Amino acid sequence: MSTTNARPTRRIRLKWLVPTLYIIFLMLPIYWLINMSFKTTNEILAGFSPYPQNFTLDSYIEILTNPAWYWGYINSLTYVILNTIISVAVALPAAYAFSRYRFVGDKHLFFWLLTNRMAPPAVFMFAFIELYSSLQLFDSHLAVALAHCLFNIPLAVWILEGFMSGVPKEIDETAYVDGYSFPHFFVKIFMPLIASGIGVTAFFCFMFSWVEMLLAKNLTTVQAQPIASVMTRTASSSGYELGLLAAAGVLTLIPGALVIYFVRNYIAKGFALGRV
Amino acid sequence: MTKALNNRAWLLVLPMLLLVAINAVIPLMTVVNYAFQESFYGEFFWAGTANFEAVLSSDRFHNALIRQFAFTFTILAIEIPLGVAIALAMPRRGAMASVCLVLMALPLLIPWNVVGSMWNIFALPDLGLLGYGINWLGIDYNYTNQPVSAWVTVILMDVWHWTSLVVLLAYAGLQSIDDAYYRAAKIDGASRWAVFRYIQLPKMRQVLIIAVLLRFIDSFMIYTEVLVLTGGGPGNTTTFLSIDLVKKALGEQVLGEAAAMSIIYFLMTLLVCWLFFTLMTQSDAKAEYRAGKD
Repeated sequence: MSTTNARPTRRIRLKWLVPTLYIIFLMLPIYWLINMSFKTTNEILAGFSPYPQNFTLDSYIEILTNPAWYWGYINSLTYVILNTIISVAVALPAAYAFSRYRFVGDKHLFFWLLTNRMAPPAVFMFAFIELYSSLQLFDSHLAVALAHCLFNIPLAVWILEGFMSGVPKEIDETAYVDGYSFPHFFVKIFMPLIASGIGVTAFFCFMFSWVEMLLAKNLTTVQAQPIASVMTRTASSSGYELGLLAAAGVLTLIPGALVIYFVRNYIAKGFALGRV
Repeated sequence: MTKALNNRAWLLVLPMLLLVAINAVIPLMTVVNYAFQESFYGEFFWAGTANFEAVLSSDRFHNALIRQFAFTFTILAIEIPLGVAIALAMPRRGAMASVCLVLMALPLLIPWNVVGSMWNIFALPDLGLLGYGINWLGIDYNYTNQPVSAWVTVILMDVWHWTSLVVLLAYAGLQSIDDAYYRAAKIDGASRWAVFRYIQLPKMRQVLIIAVLLRFIDSFMIYTEVLVLTGGGPGNTTTFLSIDLVKKALGEQVLGEAAAMSIIYFLMTLLVCWLFFTLMTQSDAKAEYRAGKD
């Protein structure tokens, strides 16, 4: 009896160790970044220290008061939000079509869509620059928002289709019998039913647009340059502004952390559909 | 669910199709266009397959390709088992489960250049916790001038960045297992290994295929993080395909060869994508067949 009782408890205790160690491993570089962001330049150059000796907010003050810095964040957030809205808006009807109807070429279209999620942006990069230059959109928020549609729309269609297929078809049919037109039905009845799915989709679109930097950086120069460009310039121009660079990095963690917090209960669900 | 045949559904797909096509078809055509031409002081000449031959026979491309595969298989060999192990050890429900999920998802939402900067600072031999720590242990470590250190750092960074994706996918797969299975296993006195092999692994099969696919494809196009961390160096030791390609296209302006390389690169990812897609739909069909029989 005593052995059977002892074994599960010991296993549970050991089991805790794995995620705990992993989370510590995840937090160490983040801690180090935060640590650096609160140090003065002198202290950083003086050598290794595990925590800030002369705690300072100078780096943050510099970023939040200098337009060259904070516009980077505003630009990034602008094209990310724009992209999320566009992606979800065009993906909704498309996902409905895939989940409810068969049509000529549907399977090929779906596969073609997925290949775009898989295409390395580097492959298309210089062609993208030419395309958006000729559309007169180069160096605008819209250019980046549209370019990110390449991988976000396929993703959005894929996730939404999963959620929509979970809604019984009888609901559509009943609504049509009751005399609802398609747009009316879609907005008034169908969209509220998959509200959590739309939330999860928006989350993933936000996430992938927010983290992508190759296209964002190369499609912009001044007007719409993302925070990444500002950071790269700092890193290369003045050598040792590590404190500033670290503070800028810490600030980019905030939108992500907020978004995760809000959708924490849906994350696993979105992944459960296996469609990321 | 049987679907009705309705070709008017194309109308619903159209706006999406237009937007994606602008981004996918036009650049692809530009790339194809360049791939068959040679540029000489702003003039373009038909080059046939010369660009493709040049790329396919160059050592530079072979080396970048070998590095790319070495990197991709290394991180897959680490991230997939590690992610599964962590998912198995996570609490299945309750407040701690959500705390774990939120903390683990954090690296996924960090802009890729910041991931690079973060590891750059973290691994500095004199100022970074990792670099300082390894040197303190008596191991000579400096990722800016030692290829081995650079590789270790790049792989550690990728494991740090992406293992959570595998964890979340595997965890979601595990969540879909009904408690009844575990109870039945307990009554039968099944070992921990048997539970994993015959209950958990089959249920995770589908999500694991997706995890491998995503990690393969995403690591195959890795660019920003490595560029910020090592700049492809020291020398060319961490120059993977994307980095090499951008160097060629924007740095050296050899558009013809860069375009040819783009197409070869794209075809490779397409092939892998198609293989996985077939694998996935097949296991879907099998699952449906089995469900139909029950």
